[in-house]
Amino acid sequence: MMDDLYREQIIDRYKNPHYRGELDPNDYSYEDDNPTCGDHIRIDIRVNDDDVVTEAAFSGEGCSISQASADMLIESIVGKSLDEVKTINKEDVLGNLGIELGPVRLKCALLSLKVLKGSVYELPENGATDDMLE
Amino acid sequence: MSETQPLDSAAIRADFPVLNQEVHPGQPLVYLDSAATSQKPQAVIDAMGAYYRSYNSNIHRGIHTLAERATADYEHARERIATFIGAAHSHEVIFTRNTTESINLIAYSWARHNLNAGDLVLLTEMEHHSNLVPWYQLAEERGVELAYVPVTEDGLLDMDAYADLLARGPKLVSFMHMSNVLGTINPAKEMIAAAHDAGATVLVDGAQSVPHFAVDVQDLDADFYAFSSHKMLGPTGLGVLYGKSELLEAMPPFLGGGDMIKRVEFGSFTPNDLPHKFEAGTPAIAEVIGLGVAVDYLNRVGMEAVEAHEHLLTAYAIERLEEAPTVRHFGPSAEHKGGAVSFTIEGAHAHDVSEVLDQFGVAVRAGHHCAMPLHKKFGITATSRASFYLYNTIDEIDRLIEGLYRVKEIYG
Repeated sequence: MMDDLYREQIIDRYKNPHYRGELDPNDYSYEDDNPTCGDHIRIDIRVNDDDVVTEAAFSGEGCSISQASADMLIESIVGKSLDEVKTINKEDVLGNLGIELGPVRLKCALLSLKVLKGSVYELPENGATDDMLE
Repeated sequence: MSETQPLDSAAIRADFPVLNQEVHPGQPLVYLDSAATSQKPQAVIDAMGAYYRSYNSNIHRGIHTLAERATADYEHARERIATFIGAAHSHEVIFTRNTTESINLIAYSWARHNLNAGDLVLLTEMEHHSNLVPWYQLAEERGVELAYVPVTEDGLLDMDAYADLLARGPKLVSFMHMSNVLGTINPAKEMIAAAHDAGATVLVDGAQSVPHFAVDVQDLDADFYAFSSHKMLGPTGLGVLYGKSELLEAMPPFLGGGDMIKRVEFGSFTPNDLPHKFEAGTPAIAEVIGLGVAVDYLNRVGMEAVEAHEHLLTAYAIERLEEAPTVRHFGPSAEHKGGAVSFTIEGAHAHDVSEVLDQFGVAVRAGHHCAMPLHKKFGITATSRASFYLYNTIDEIDRLIEGLYRVKEIYG
């Protein structure tokens, strides 16, 4: 089943993330929680003079969906300009994951995107809303 | 240990239509989330349906036949609920929306009337958010001080620390009778007596206790006792606040509106008598009738039998969880515990545990269970919780454990 294949990929990403860590110093850093489960994600980004992402990493803790989603999201922004990063939306993230998600797991999957939005738009704490993910 | 179940599970399970289903093909539902909300027996569903089908009408005001029948059933339910918890009078049973609203009623009406800046409210580290946040709000607004009875490594309240905190003269002590995370059953009677000796009024959060073992508010000598219908075989949207008459009489009303008044003139009102003083507006009539029938059901089974059954399931669940080396179980040993078991598995987040278990039809709760401070204390963000009720069986715990071995295969 396709779903199983995606699930295996997610678990593999969760166990062996490619972009896990913290960048210090960084140009952008933001963190947020998922109140329903206490999951926490932080994203750090470095950009060059042309505002292109040269390095990025995520840290924090959560379930396989939230962690794999964050890892795939970071992979997708490295090498992109900040303007391009700003256009990433919910559909892109869910496309990466490739599985059907219920309303609770959806929040897990989208936590990293919420943090990314907060980061690149330089929002105040708790400033990223669900509307920004569309 | 004997594996004989004190209750006739097959007969009981037949009364709960929701249990008779497969969640996935070949995977029957194993519902281990009753601490979040219990399932409902057919008799409760039928009683609510009968009200809507044959005598739906508003209570207390109508003089017509339907209204009189609805009023009689509503008030008769209140009497049975009062008897169920050992209240001296049925007017000491106030209907609210849930335990949370019952606690808020005390925070808004009793506490704002009786507490001032610098007064101490004593809570515990194991409280649910519903018995924390109303007091944080009060602290912010009134400057009352808050202190917390610590939880030991074993998941018990530190009674020496409790005695020390009582010596500081709290005006109110508010604690949960049974922990929704650790399963700990707190020694409520001794705690209430000690609090009274120190001059404090006592509120008990009974959301997890009233459904699972016999509670007698007069024997406990609780001043206020809060619980929810939906965790004890009744419908959602209904909670109960028990209060001693003299305390409730002295409190100002909480919400204003219809039914809570004796008379209204332009610019003034006279509050109604108990319990109506605290039941503004049209209440949850069908739900109250449903809870009355839920209480009848629990009485027929017998709360001692419910408690014994859950104790057996809990002891068995702990024993089986402990045989799995990467599972960490939180909370005290079975003798101090009701039917709720929280655990973590190395390498697997609680959400992932839940998802794998769901493939086996097993429903457990994942997360912080509205007790973030308690989870932080144990250095974890989320746990999985299996909770039991009168309809669960030893076989279902075996299915839980089978599912957990699969979790270990995938994430271990």
